[in-house]
Amino acid sequence: MSSYNITHLKQLEAESIHIIREVVAECDRPVMMYSMGKDSAVMVHLALKAFAPGKLPFPLLHVDTTFKFPEMIEFRDKFAKDIGAELIVHKNTEALERIGPAENWTCTMCADMLKREALVTALQAGGFDAAFGGARRDEEKSRAKERIFSFRDEFMQWDPKNQRPELWSIYNTRHAKGESFRVFPLSNWTELDIWHYIHVENIPIVPLYYAKKRPVIKRDGMLLIAGDLNHPAEGEEVVEMSVRFRTLGCQLCSGATESTATTIEEIIAETTTARNSERENRAVDKDREGSMEEKKKDGYF
Amino acid sequence: MDVIKTLQEDERKDLLRMVTAGSVDDGKSTLIGRLLYESKGIYEDQLASVVAASARVGSTGGDLDLALVTDGLRAEREQGITIDVAYRYFSTPKRKFIIADTPGHEQYTRNMATGASTASLVIILIDAANGVVVQSKRHAFIASLLGIPHVVVAINKMDLVDYSQETYDAICQEFTDFAAKLEIRDLTFIPVSALEGDNVVDSSERMPWYKGSSLLNHLETVHIASDRNLIDLRFPVQYVLRPDRTFRGYLGTVASGTIKPGDDIMILPKGVKSRIKTVFGSDGELAEAFPPMAVGVTLDEEIDISRGDTIVHVNNVPRVDREFDAMVVWMAEEPMTPDKQYIIKHATRMTPGSISDLRFRVDVNTLHRSQADSLALNEIGRCVVSLTRPIAHDPYTRNRETGSFIIIDRLTNSTVGAGMILDRDPNKLSISTKKQARGPKSQNVHSHASLITPEQRSERMGHKPATIWLTGLPGAGKSTIAYELERKLFDAGANCFVLDGENARMGFSKDLGFSADDRSENLRRAAEVAKVVNDAGMICICAFVSPYQTTRDQAREILGPDRCMEVYLSAPVDVCRQRDTEMYALADSGKISEFSGVTAPYETPQTADLTVPTHQIDLEESTERIIALLRAKGVIG
Repeated sequence: MSSYNITHLKQLEAESIHIIREVVAECDRPVMMYSMGKDSAVMVHLALKAFAPGKLPFPLLHVDTTFKFPEMIEFRDKFAKDIGAELIVHKNTEALERIGPAENWTCTMCADMLKREALVTALQAGGFDAAFGGARRDEEKSRAKERIFSFRDEFMQWDPKNQRPELWSIYNTRHAKGESFRVFPLSNWTELDIWHYIHVENIPIVPLYYAKKRPVIKRDGMLLIAGDLNHPAEGEEVVEMSVRFRTLGCQLCSGATESTATTIEEIIAETTTARNSERENRAVDKDREGSMEEKKKDGYF
Repeated sequence: MDVIKTLQEDERKDLLRMVTAGSVDDGKSTLIGRLLYESKGIYEDQLASVVAASARVGSTGGDLDLALVTDGLRAEREQGITIDVAYRYFSTPKRKFIIADTPGHEQYTRNMATGASTASLVIILIDAANGVVVQSKRHAFIASLLGIPHVVVAINKMDLVDYSQETYDAICQEFTDFAAKLEIRDLTFIPVSALEGDNVVDSSERMPWYKGSSLLNHLETVHIASDRNLIDLRFPVQYVLRPDRTFRGYLGTVASGTIKPGDDIMILPKGVKSRIKTVFGSDGELAEAFPPMAVGVTLDEEIDISRGDTIVHVNNVPRVDREFDAMVVWMAEEPMTPDKQYIIKHATRMTPGSISDLRFRVDVNTLHRSQADSLALNEIGRCVVSLTRPIAHDPYTRNRETGSFIIIDRLTNSTVGAGMILDRDPNKLSISTKKQARGPKSQNVHSHASLITPEQRSERMGHKPATIWLTGLPGAGKSTIAYELERKLFDAGANCFVLDGENARMGFSKDLGFSADDRSENLRRAAEVAKVVNDAGMICICAFVSPYQTTRDQAREILGPDRCMEVYLSAPVDVCRQRDTEMYALADSGKISEFSGVTAPYETPQTADLTVPTHQIDLEESTERIIALLRAKGVIG
């Protein structure tokens, strides 16, 4: 490579920083979705870089289903404090009180009320006109068509047939009062890029990403962690297995993967040879064909 | 496996962004599916769902339908066609690839333009059995228009023509003849069969007559490093960073050229000079920055720079102008309207402006140029763009970043068009029909200074000169208020004069009609006359609908912001309608076209000095409020 070339990771970094700066320059009240996942970790890292030596010019928002792993919550609070960011935690307390404890919830209900509904309320309550999300286009088919700046009407709905054309690196951020954007600065990153970047930049991630002996219940082809929320049903048993997570979600619907990877290098080694996409262990995508698209039209991230 | 080594190798890869274009049945999705499949870009579980979908909706009789890998959305699956731009990612040991997959059918030219805008390479698919079709030509034209440096023509379905060299040669010849009319720098032909895999990844044994590379091999080796412009420094300021009193940094992405500490620079459009003190990146201070790095700079001395300004080297300055020629791709259902006010977003700046002239429309299929009044969805034309303020820009062929812009509708906020700036001075072309000259047409005009100062005039008059610009819907009460106000001011000893639509039309604008162009010219003349009235020391009262913010801004600019008072008569359309039933009836029936508030927009003033609700207060109260404004501004005592 000649001296005027930069690596593809640095190119992706530059593109993401450009997008984040553009939102802050042109939108009134941006917020960054923070889910404690590896993509979130990279996104916040990029945002800090975008405004260094200044501070993060917007708050972080975590939509908490209350079914997350305790390690994630602990990580979240410490992380926000360390970087000096304002952290907004939003829960759909009304639905949680109405429906009750974890065993009353299904994945679909959780995605609908504790994620989608809660997100919409949180964004409206905060008066946010732009919300950064860590979604990548390589994750899922309907996301491959998502714009970087995804326009949402006043009901926060997404219309896949009526998206604004997005040319060059010129983003149209104009919107009327009540309308908003979901902005995806990591659109062009792949799963491997994310891990590679975490490795190169030494970005801290939730320990659940690393393999460890954990108590596991095998259910419907998924490996669930036994704990406060997952109990073995009749005929099921809890076994100790060395597992880790490729993506983090709720305890109820996040399946672990058998693994011995305890370092980023080992995770990358696994990822480069993996033949299954990372969302395969997410029950929420598999409900039926085209499912994510339906959810997104209604405002799911 | 040795992860560190793999990572180091991975890190050395560069990134190729490409776009694919082809008609519905050219097998484009199948080709991409195969590239992803063979380069292990599809995960097993995704493959499993493709297998399941192949059996259900596939067009390959239950066999693995690779096209389904890329056909994302449910709506498309039902129609069996791709309807939007989809982005795919894969990587080989040599390179990383981002593919923008765009549909090829008629109504979606805008999608290809979108995908092409960021691509360094385009794959145009041609069905060997059908040869060069109208759409192949269109794709080549758009590729050349959007300045994609490398064009690969993949002649697909060679299996259907018995891998015939004659067929291949004939198609190459026809395409080359057409491409000669376009600006294509690098053109490559490859015969493939996406379905069978010939020449996609590995060279095919069934076409021994073809000596070139397989498609993937070509994609991995095509030279893209020199596609960037490293000569002309253009650094559009994206954000001004002021974390504390001592630090002021200007953030942005280097659009072209290189920038380093010590560089003598100029801030455009202001033209102020300074010197670069530091260049900082995400990992600290840098010796130099170049495209596409996102960095920040600090300057030797504090000067006023804002978002939208461009930093350039003092000895390499782009054009700074409010008018330029551009090729425009129209992307909205509602056609482009010449002289309608739009927002133009160029680099990091949004500027109000209009398409002041449509020189010609290009037929994307034949390249034939024709006269046209407008551009419809997916039409392309050469336009003159006129902005309210100058911007620093380059020709698109020289600089993609500072030569491109998007057009935004002011009311719906949608992106309605995209433009590529041309390397021509609009004034040097004789076809322009523009009546409105921005600067004096004659270059040798100089103004003489009067021996009487404005202060001396004010003293004689007993008041300061000013223009009260009354704007509002037809029937809002502009003329009524104007003449009442004139009477009252006159009685109080002031010297004043009313200019309204009627006397303008009977006098200095009697050669003008009612086209948007003529209306705008009428208002420019009115503002110029008002300025003369002011220069003579008098108060001028202007009563014009003046529905567009940009025309009102222009009037304010001509008159000078200190002398111009914008007064908005805010009676809503239903009240105005009752006051002037006759006129509104004519407008409703279409007998008067472009009637503000009925068939043409009226943009509510955002910066009016005074709003008078003439539907709520009477004439007396209305004029009193305006007189109070004149007192407050110190025009009258």
